[in-house]
Amino acid sequence: MASINLTTSTFDETIGASGVPVVVDFWAEWCGPCKMVAPILDEIATECQGEMTIAKLNVDENPDIAMRYQVMSIPTMIVFNGGEAVHRIVGAKSKSALLEEFGTFLGNSH
Amino acid sequence: MNTQHEHVIIIGSGPAGLTAAIYTARASLAPFVIEGEPSSTSDQPGGQLMLTTEVENFPGFPSGVMGPELMANFRAQAERFGARFLTEKVTRVDFSQRPFRVWVRDTEYTADTIIVSTGARSLMLGLPEESRLIGHGLSTCATCDGFFFRDHHIAVVGGGDSAIEEATFLTKFASKVTLIHRRDEFRASKIMQERAFSNPKIEVLWNHTVTAIHGDTAVTGIEVTNTVDGATSELPVTGVFIAIGHRPNTDLFHGTLDCDENGYLVTEPNSSRTNIEGVFACGDVQDHTYRQAITAAGSGCMAAIDAERWLESQH
Repeated sequence: MASINLTTSTFDETIGASGVPVVVDFWAEWCGPCKMVAPILDEIATECQGEMTIAKLNVDENPDIAMRYQVMSIPTMIVFNGGEAVHRIVGAKSKSALLEEFGTFLGNSH
Repeated sequence: MNTQHEHVIIIGSGPAGLTAAIYTARASLAPFVIEGEPSSTSDQPGGQLMLTTEVENFPGFPSGVMGPELMANFRAQAERFGARFLTEKVTRVDFSQRPFRVWVRDTEYTADTIIVSTGARSLMLGLPEESRLIGHGLSTCATCDGFFFRDHHIAVVGGGDSAIEEATFLTKFASKVTLIHRRDEFRASKIMQERAFSNPKIEVLWNHTVTAIHGDTAVTGIEVTNTVDGATSELPVTGVFIAIGHRPNTDLFHGTLDCDENGYLVTEPNSSRTNIEGVFACGDVQDHTYRQAITAAGSGCMAAIDAERWLESQH
């Protein structure tokens, strides 16, 4: 499964109902580093299918959610576990660095 | 494990590296471009233009072009002619013997010739609180983060073209932009200066440096110091954007390639040759004078032609 798109109306339900950790990528069309990290997150979404969900939130279209989590720089990736924000990564990173950040929220296979 | 061998390895993928890739690819050398890894600093695939918006001075685009779009086009053009890309960062090099050796962590690559185009990255102020507040009101990327400062009072630090470009861009969001510069005049081009002076939202604070950034989890204000009389004052900004210049990315090559007193790689006049035969350098990593996308691209073309001719001379 590829990554999913969240909006203000689907955000709380999706995050709350998920049985696995959800990484939300706060992004926008005009952000160069966001475009670099997007394909990496898509790969991770495929590789970590069933263990972790990758979701995207467009901050232009959903500024209220971005404001609620005090996002002041994009890309920002927030890991939600059981509906709670448990980890935050600010700025684009390489795939290996991201997998390392996500590692503690995944099973032992990574 | 077999080591992957290449005719040409290009380290870095800004305008210089990708132009070198287009030219060496068209010369059937199938260049292998180690393009760097994503980051939110200017040290990343695509180079410094990835953090800009509208590029108005690149010839061939009469209505301007977005920086990331321009770099995506450069990359696609190189790929079309057979360039291959590795989205990783080189961690070590050994140019003391041929073939030259390049490592990405534990993986070794060898090459007949190397083109260095690692560019330059943004300088920070050097304050201890910077690492805590980056991404929380402190930014080196106006295009990434400006959006989050709608109706805020923010500061831009610097006096060159990029500082004024950022300040002008940020007025789209901010209620007020204070441009802080340590001297009493800008280095920026005249057209950029006029843009800043005529913008009612931009206020210039001459002869000041930022000496402290306040805030635990987000920027709440800054302390500025007058460079003439040493007096300090407070500025209640919630955003600080740094554009005080660049430093060449030459850490990999210390002790191997000759650098000038500012750390830029030295190339022979009117060529891209470094002090090591078969290793060529282009773009901002060897240019502290012009530092434009178009000059970087031009020097990338020179490096490709120099590398191609040198490879031919080896047979």
